[in-house]
Amino acid sequence: MSAAASHLDRYPAGAAAFPHRHLTGIAGLQPHEIAFLLDEAEQWVDLNRSATKHDGRLAGLTVINAFFEASTRTLLSFEIAGKRLGADTVAMHGSTSSVKKGETLIDTAVTLNAMRADAIVIRHASSGAVGLIADKVDCPVINAGDGRHEHPTQALLDALTIRRRKGRVEGLTVAICGDVLHSRVARSNILALTSLAARVRVVGPPTLLPPALDRMHVEAFTDMDRGLEGADVVMMLRLQSERMAGGLIPSPREYHALWGLTPERLARAAPDALVMHPGPMNRGVEIASSVADDPTRSAITEQVEMGVAVRMACLDVLTRRRRGTPGWA
Amino acid sequence: MSGSVLITGAQRVDGVDRPLLVSGDRIGGDLDGADRIDATELHLAPGIVDLGAFAVDLQACLFGGITRVALMPDGNPPLDGPGLIQRAAIAAKPHLWVHPLAAATQRLEGTALAEIGLMKGAGARAVATGRRWIADSGLMQSVLAYSAALDLTVVTHAEDDGLVAGAVATAGEAATRLGLPAAPSCAEAIAIARDIALAEVTGARLHLRQVTTGAGFDLVRRAKDRGLAVTCGITPAHLLLSDTAIGDFRTFAHLSPPLRDERDRHAALDALADGTVDVLHSGHDPRGPEDKRLPFADSAPGMAAAGHLLALGLGLVRDGHVGMARLFDLLARNPARLLGIDAGHLGDGGPADLILFDPDAPWQISSDRMPSQAGNTPFDGLPVQGRVRRVMKGGRWLS
Repeated sequence: MSAAASHLDRYPAGAAAFPHRHLTGIAGLQPHEIAFLLDEAEQWVDLNRSATKHDGRLAGLTVINAFFEASTRTLLSFEIAGKRLGADTVAMHGSTSSVKKGETLIDTAVTLNAMRADAIVIRHASSGAVGLIADKVDCPVINAGDGRHEHPTQALLDALTIRRRKGRVEGLTVAICGDVLHSRVARSNILALTSLAARVRVVGPPTLLPPALDRMHVEAFTDMDRGLEGADVVMMLRLQSERMAGGLIPSPREYHALWGLTPERLARAAPDALVMHPGPMNRGVEIASSVADDPTRSAITEQVEMGVAVRMACLDVLTRRRRGTPGWA
Repeated sequence: MSGSVLITGAQRVDGVDRPLLVSGDRIGGDLDGADRIDATELHLAPGIVDLGAFAVDLQACLFGGITRVALMPDGNPPLDGPGLIQRAAIAAKPHLWVHPLAAATQRLEGTALAEIGLMKGAGARAVATGRRWIADSGLMQSVLAYSAALDLTVVTHAEDDGLVAGAVATAGEAATRLGLPAAPSCAEAIAIARDIALAEVTGARLHLRQVTTGAGFDLVRRAKDRGLAVTCGITPAHLLLSDTAIGDFRTFAHLSPPLRDERDRHAALDALADGTVDVLHSGHDPRGPEDKRLPFADSAPGMAAAGHLLALGLGLVRDGHVGMARLFDLLARNPARLLGIDAGHLGDGGPADLILFDPDAPWQISSDRMPSQAGNTPFDGLPVQGRVRRVMKGGRWLS
């Protein structure tokens, strides 16, 4: 057990440590609140590596995983997180086409609320959709990704991965590379990492970088080699297949040649630079297999492991008020 | 028909220091036997001519002192034929006169000319491209040339299609932070430059319904300097709000064109002050929850604003951006002139469309309690001053 976790055992935090009802984004979180969630996650890393892998603190609680947009790994990660804490988890898959329009989204929210869920995890294809639902329900809502807006648990698991591998986040240079424009992972990571005092760069084709990034305190590069120079962490983003044809980049082949992470490119980063990817990877497009599979550099599988722990921490912390946890009720 | 009425004591917005006489449905006439109305402490102005609303909303117009509305053709079905124009024109008479704008293209699809000549015969006062730009420059040239020959102004929406496809915000910090599809603000200047060039070639009168960027105003300013018949309008939203208002995904602030950054907002205030802006209008577009209680990118653009157009305009006077006489040029005289109708002024012989308002009366804009078909206003909660007390339409008091 890490030092942070044992400290928490002796002096348990009260509601002031995380006063938010929902987790709709990293925006609005204080640095110490982000650090608190990371500290809380440490105990679940230890538990998940133990033989029992079970804690019953959410027994009797219902967690609905409402995924309006298709997902495999994030849904699975939340399901496992809920079950390991003893909650009854239910998954709802709404195809984007049938629930995207009209009052249906609000109606669905009201319906989920009427089923007396104790926490709702939501993924939706539209930016801001999760906040819209959060306003309509009585229980805590966790954003599992809304459009291009935010994916806070991904940013938390990335920060935890970095902190465990590098011992700190503060002062590190992190290069976030690829399709930043369409990426909620990039937005949440920019907010979380700058909040934790990392130096953040974004690197990508000019057509896939949004404007005004300097206002978010990051440095933008279109030249991959320059952007990677001396980076302590190289975080690759997935290039969605629908972006590959024509309008924004000419071809996957050209993308790989100019912005793909190859061993030669990685050599420009710091000698012990960590390689990360939120998955699923397009091998040979944004990342070369030899880099992704190098256990000394790649933290990609560890990210998946941290994902479960971070989501357990979020479910635990956000349900403390309803569970009557001392100091939170 | 009523007899004559002498309105005394009111301060006239045109600065003329004498009572106003109304005989029948006209301003002026014979003083003998006129009823007197004491309107001390109120201001007297021509009824507002709202150039470019998307709905005929009598309640909102009465509350806001609007006596004539130029209705955009974007109805369902679009106003693209003489019968539809005729029907729209009588929708709210006698309380509110609707001047329908003829759709420039069939079904507003931007592919073929609509029957502009027949629609003029049915009462259309101008031609409009609707909510969208006509992407096909050849067709736009035809629209302008054809309308010029019929002596009709063409009201356009200036946003380049290729740039704004799918966009719901202006590219910048707010859109980047929120992760909203966004288009650069130059989409407006590109569209304006093309439309001005085509207006020059065809000799057409061009009215840009909403100009919202510094680059756009520069183009309009230069066109006016060269003597071209180019005019432009704006709504209070683009003068008073910037794209920070869409923070927290407020769909009531989802407008078309989208709200701009602070620099463009200040450029708009400058253009208002230096005379580049000709028309201040509401862009009234009431939208219910089925269009607005949605994720931002899925919501429909538009705001319900007819009821507080005057109050927000009076705020611009109070803040020193325009004088009172100029405000009513923007709200009434200029739009009437663009539509080729005798209205929007207090001169003898003009129609007796009048409003009496208290410029200082305080009230609060509230989405829930707006006299309007819907409450989708980005100004929800804003305290304002200036309230209409009486409205006269065609010589008859409506309130």
